[in-house]
Amino acid sequence: MAVTTRSLTLPAALLILVLFPLFGSSFYVGLLTRILILAIFAMSLDLLIGYTGLVSFGHAAFFGIGGYALAIAFQDATTIHLWQALPLSLAAALAALVVGWISIRTSGIYFIMITLAFGQMFFYYFFESPRYGGDDGIFLFFKPVLMIGTESILNLENENTFYYFALGCLVTGYLLLAMILRAPFGKVITAIKANEHRVRALGYSINRYKLVSFVIAGTLAGLAGFLEGAHSGYVNPSYMSWHSSGIAIAIAIVVLGGMGTLYGPIVGAFIVVLLQDFLPSLTEHWQLLFGGIVISVALFLPRGATSLLPRILSRRQTTRPDSPPPEDGPREPADG
Amino acid sequence: MADTILRTDHLSKSFGGLVAASNVSLDFERGQVHAVIGPNGAGKTTLINLLSGDLQPDDGSILFNGKHITHLPPDRISQLGIGRSYQKTNIFNEFSCYENCWVAAQSRLKTSMRFFRPASRLKTVRERAEKALELCGLSRRCDTRAAAMSYGEQRQLEIGMMLATEPELLLLDEPLAGMGSEESRRVIELLRRLAENHTLILIEHDMDAVFAIAEKLTVMVNGRVLETGTVEQIRNSRAVQDVYLGEEEADG
Repeated sequence: MAVTTRSLTLPAALLILVLFPLFGSSFYVGLLTRILILAIFAMSLDLLIGYTGLVSFGHAAFFGIGGYALAIAFQDATTIHLWQALPLSLAAALAALVVGWISIRTSGIYFIMITLAFGQMFFYYFFESPRYGGDDGIFLFFKPVLMIGTESILNLENENTFYYFALGCLVTGYLLLAMILRAPFGKVITAIKANEHRVRALGYSINRYKLVSFVIAGTLAGLAGFLEGAHSGYVNPSYMSWHSSGIAIAIAIVVLGGMGTLYGPIVGAFIVVLLQDFLPSLTEHWQLLFGGIVISVALFLPRGATSLLPRILSRRQTTRPDSPPPEDGPREPADG
Repeated sequence: MADTILRTDHLSKSFGGLVAASNVSLDFERGQVHAVIGPNGAGKTTLINLLSGDLQPDDGSILFNGKHITHLPPDRISQLGIGRSYQKTNIFNEFSCYENCWVAAQSRLKTSMRFFRPASRLKTVRERAEKALELCGLSRRCDTRAAAMSYGEQRQLEIGMMLATEPELLLLDEPLAGMGSEESRRVIELLRRLAENHTLILIEHDMDAVFAIAEKLTVMVNGRVLETGTVEQIRNSRAVQDVYLGEEEADG
């Protein structure tokens, strides 16, 4: 039943996303593009936190590097060719390889601290580098285009085109991650999250698997940063900061949506961006409300908001005999 | 000369001031069931941990099939064909019984760095996992979440996972600990079957089980090897009797 629920929900959600620009105003298309980009970033973080069990606090650095790679290479260019620009997000892969290679050797709280330290290192490097705009960052006045000869095939200057491009990236990222999670590699990383020590005793060289996962996640984060830079036309150190827009928000997204699922971070990105847009109209202390929501979800819905959907659906249909009763639902008094 | 599969040479390990293993030199013969017994704190589990690479020795060396495996990490030792089960159940609680064995069986692929085809299509892994489940007697519990199984079944799964890695030498750390008599009988039967084509190094407190399946015994006390011999030799050894009787007096 859970399978049919999911197999129907996902295409339906995708259909709505595909059709949205036909009805929505360009403001909302832009907002949705931001959400899709954030969803890619959160999904990449979930590969680490939710699947591999690596709580990385430095993940925003790769998001930032993706954006800066684009901005540094093309800050004076008048045309940004997509086929030249897109491979630049691989800079994030390289950075992830180096940072991962060192950090992977630690675990638990030490891993959190070392990744946080790396993240802060990148942040301050860009914050204090006059060459790259310091805390002002870099502006990009053009958006990437894909051209063959002089014919422009894909011009991201158009808000709708950018939207579809971001959606395409998200869907591709989702499918790629779904594929590797079903493959032997995915079995190993989920086992590492469950019981690292045992996986090692079974003969796996776990550090290699962690490193590859770290690099895949870093690359995807770099792609998201690239898209964000191209979309907003502005790259600054706050991409990499751990509080304002970086890792804290990404972790909130993963927690709100539901970690350990690929669709959770996507739903989480919608919730967080919409909350950030809506809450400030209620009160100027909206961040207090926002924090409260994150805490309540973490407390009462540890599997995130997406765990509600199968519950609601299963309550409407007949409950499977072997499915456990919902934890907060009414309970039959136990026999005897 | 008998065919030695594993040899330890003056193996030592201490934790701070506590000497857990001291000058342990032992020969384990291929195809035998070799039990290591001794009172609590004798260093038996430390010995197993040294052999499996979970602990690194301070001194001494370990040879497996004539090759040095001293200071190798646990994953390399596992890949060489030494499997181990843990005294404290060490399984993937949230995985199904089948998935537990799957992860174990998949470790025998040349590499699991495979990203494209679904793992479930790998026939060799599936067969290996199913065979291990059948051997440890859990075929019927395939889809049960490991955490939802009884303690005895979890212990069986622990052994099943080890078997799914198709080891040549099995290190069993108290496989019967905490089991009911019916479950114990089943596991002893399983060990006896495994002994037909594997080498077993067994730590066990259940003396009836040890005498039933072991061909050779080593008695350890305070991290040292007190005596090694056949079951008869150990039964009749004055030194061993002193240790065990002495302990009982102290307990009483």
